[in-house]
Amino acid sequence: MKCAFVTVGTTSFDDLIACVSAPDSLQKIESLGYNRLILQIGRGTVVPEPFSTESFTLDVYRYKDSLKEDIRKADLVISHAGAGSCLEALEKGKPLVVVINEKLMNNHQLELAKQLHKEGHLFYCTCSTLPGLLQSMDLSTLKCYPPGQPEKFSAFLDKVVGLQK
Amino acid sequence: MLTQGTPSARGKFVFQNPSSESEQKNPEGVIHGGHTTEILRLLGSLSNAYSPRHYVIADTDEMSANKINSFELDRADRDPSNMYTKYYIHRIPRSREVRQSWPSTVFTTLHSMWLSFPLIHQVKPDLVLCNGPGTCVPICVSALLLGILGIKKVIIVYVESVCRVETLSLSGKILFHLSDYFIVQWPALKEKYPKSVYLGRIV
Repeated sequence: MKCAFVTVGTTSFDDLIACVSAPDSLQKIESLGYNRLILQIGRGTVVPEPFSTESFTLDVYRYKDSLKEDIRKADLVISHAGAGSCLEALEKGKPLVVVINEKLMNNHQLELAKQLHKEGHLFYCTCSTLPGLLQSMDLSTLKCYPPGQPEKFSAFLDKVVGLQK
Repeated sequence: MLTQGTPSARGKFVFQNPSSESEQKNPEGVIHGGHTTEILRLLGSLSNAYSPRHYVIADTDEMSANKINSFELDRADRDPSNMYTKYYIHRIPRSREVRQSWPSTVFTTLHSMWLSFPLIHQVKPDLVLCNGPGTCVPICVSALLLGILGIKKVIIVYVESVCRVETLSLSGKILFHLSDYFIVQWPALKEKYPKSVYLGRIV
């Protein structure tokens, strides 16, 4: 019994929410073995109606103080390209699909998604290619994401301010 | 370099927690995204010698204030000897909202400078650490001014966001020339900006 978690962080990403909550998307997600879909919609104006049947549950909310729990419980995270959302999912070792918002101009967040995809840590797509990707992707090919090393920063800074020779 | 009973870092550190560069302006002024998260991760790795800590955030940024308070409380919890480390949160207006027109940006930046300089002058930090847009540039320029006026030499360290793989942010482009140390987190940027510091991914 698997759970998929969709997050848009603090943004509005109506296209993604509309895409995943469309009836045929829900059917596809269910057919892939997920019996629960959680939509964190942020500032979006598209607000799907939550429901619960015997075989499938759709939860919808805007924000929580922390998404840690929902990420922890998820078997798949589908996220906007925000660095915070991506890194949180990757650090919890969750399979991650990043959906690029084509309506954002000069979207620098694309840089990070592309780089992490190159390194094999996530898949990325657009709203229109998401259904196809969900169908065809092999999550087992994703590589574990090594955490950043802030201790390298502290060692560097200690030298700079003179705490260390 | 620790002398007995005295913290070896003599004093005051200003940490810049500006908001992230959101593409979508929120009329309520809620700040988007993880630049605060990034800088708090970096601060988490620093020793207690880096105190007292002064945080500077945009005046509309409640989310960052909450994150900072949580971070400091958590830090105090985990290390009882830390309990009396003071920290301060200062608020100044953002110098530019995303997509704000350039002519009006001149005015809002000057306004932010007008408020940043007295703050920096009062605190006289040893170190300014920042990682993004918004309030960053006026604070760093103020810190530079302190040095130019012979009042105090402030070390300015800028850490470009982990989001920035191939290109610098606008603040990054400006502060690359003004900072003492400019840290990037991906090799492509180190190649483009050889004078930058590359330590690998640090958040």
